[in-house]
Amino acid sequence: MEAVNMERRNEMKLEFEALSVNEGFARVAVAAFCAQMNPTLDELEDIKTAVSEAVTNAIIHGYEEKEGTVVMQCCLSGSTVHITVKDSGKGIADIERAKEPFFTTRPELERSGMGFSFMEAFMDEVEVRSKVGEGTVIKMKKNLVRES
Amino acid sequence: MEFKYELENGCLTIRVPKELDHHCATQLRAEADLLIDSYRVNKLVFDFAGTEFMDSSGIGVVIGRCRNMNYSGGKVVAENMNERIRKIFVVSGLHKLVQMKEGEKKEV
Repeated sequence: MEAVNMERRNEMKLEFEALSVNEGFARVAVAAFCAQMNPTLDELEDIKTAVSEAVTNAIIHGYEEKEGTVVMQCCLSGSTVHITVKDSGKGIADIERAKEPFFTTRPELERSGMGFSFMEAFMDEVEVRSKVGEGTVIKMKKNLVRES
Repeated sequence: MEFKYELENGCLTIRVPKELDHHCATQLRAEADLLIDSYRVNKLVFDFAGTEFMDSSGIGVVIGRCRNMNYSGGKVVAENMNERIRKIFVVSGLHKLVQMKEGEKKEV
């Protein structure tokens, strides 16, 4: 019998305006899409939190709460969730520094400086690519625990 | 959005909304600070009974209020948190700054 590739793959892409009201929309949309993988409630909440952090960063820091478009992609492959959040905003000058807990470029907004720490705490892999003046891409990966 | 606050004998209780993110943080912060300044609040209670989601923007709101209350020698308490909100508190280290308690369980 021919080997059958049982690995499921599914992908979606969303584009939305950089408005704070869309933070909730983005995390709920990703959670709804991931539901087909039968994640645990905890895994789903982890994903929602990480998405919320990435999208909030794009809106507050990438676009500095001005006009812009956030592009979010989610790919389900096997038991892994891949999420990409992209903005074409101002970019991050020093990524390592931005990742430090409690570091924020906008203390006047009372940011906790924990955005990247949260993404790293709740996802298995987080990759940040950014170019000043061009924008930022955040790629995150989470392996779901499968019941056998 | 409309948030609920209760004031009793210098104790301000904030009924934290269902989702505490950046979107509602700005308004909640402004309203809470106005009440704290206007009514000489000496104890601030964040009631998470109705809260299902909170991210680092929410952490910012709580830390900021802790700072303001510390200036005036006040106290900050967080209560009725579900497992998820507890996890967010622990991951961020906020459990070291804020007293966490169960509060009175409401009879169903």
